[in-house]
Amino acid sequence: MHELSIAESIVKTVIKEANKRNATEVYRIGLKIGELTDIVNDALEFGFQAIIPGTILENAKLNIENIPLVCLCKDCQKKHEVNRFLFICPDCGGRDLEIKSGNELDIVYIDLEYDDK
Amino acid sequence: MPERVNIKQKVLSENDKFAAQIREALKEHKIPCLNLVSSPGSGKTSLLEHTLKHFKDKIKIAIIVGDVQTENDAVRLSDSGGKIIRPIITGGACHLDAKMINKVFENIDINEIDLLIIENVGNLVCPSSYDLGEDMKVVLISTTEGDDKPSKYPAMFRRSSVMVINKIDLLGMSNFELSKVKENALNINGNLQIIDTSCRTKEGLENWYKFLEQIIEDKKTILE
Repeated sequence: MHELSIAESIVKTVIKEANKRNATEVYRIGLKIGELTDIVNDALEFGFQAIIPGTILENAKLNIENIPLVCLCKDCQKKHEVNRFLFICPDCGGRDLEIKSGNELDIVYIDLEYDDK
Repeated sequence: MPERVNIKQKVLSENDKFAAQIREALKEHKIPCLNLVSSPGSGKTSLLEHTLKHFKDKIKIAIIVGDVQTENDAVRLSDSGGKIIRPIITGGACHLDAKMINKVFENIDINEIDLLIIENVGNLVCPSSYDLGEDMKVVLISTTEGDDKPSKYPAMFRRSSVMVINKIDLLGMSNFELSKVKENALNINGNLQIIDTSCRTKEGLENWYKFLEQIIEDKKTILE
């Protein structure tokens, strides 16, 4: 259940960014999560909901974009999506694959609300 | 007025900052660092007990040993001759992070060691996400587990450089097939180096020791 630690890291970073900008509320957080991070969206949501009460993220929603695992075959230079974590090139059978996407664990954006003054 | 702010930050940026600090210090002193991971009970501590006894003072090894509770493993390693053993009790957390490592790392005299090994919490999921500043992850699996474990935990086997298969003296006692586990692991990571061992009969341990001597040598000869 490392999703709870991941949720804590997200909340910490977002509070810092929101405070820096004097926001009064964070209402949405855009995330990119790669397939190889072993993070389950539901578990992350669950952990997130458990720790936000009483913070400026209290009403925030997570907008998660899941990023598929894509590799470049070093032998034939072709890019392909990796299915079921079989790191074998479907074109040439090569096994020397470079991960091009799927490792992401990024906060992309935050939607903020300010006091109208 | 609501506003969208693009911040583009890694969720684990704080962890990665500590990991980078540790990696930099180790690089400066040319000390290799392994992050040893496995399920509970595969034999991480046994492997390290043998390693400490084998090298005695010939190679000075510091070990940071993580557990959810108890210092039992740290005691075992000290009893095996380990002089620089630093326990971390996570108190529930299922993995070590670089901030925890950094805290104990500061208390290790890096001039006094040849090798740093981090024995992670027994878990094949969460530790794969946390960079601890290591040169490589070594994943341990034993013949009393399923030979499909690499397929079940692909991230860990993909992110590891070496797989040690332990308890090979028990081959034939279960349905575990050596060729199957290797095939499954290599399908996920074609560059994985594989070492077969038995901590009970000591079979294959010489290959593990050779591997450790090699990484110490390699780190010394890395060009500035």
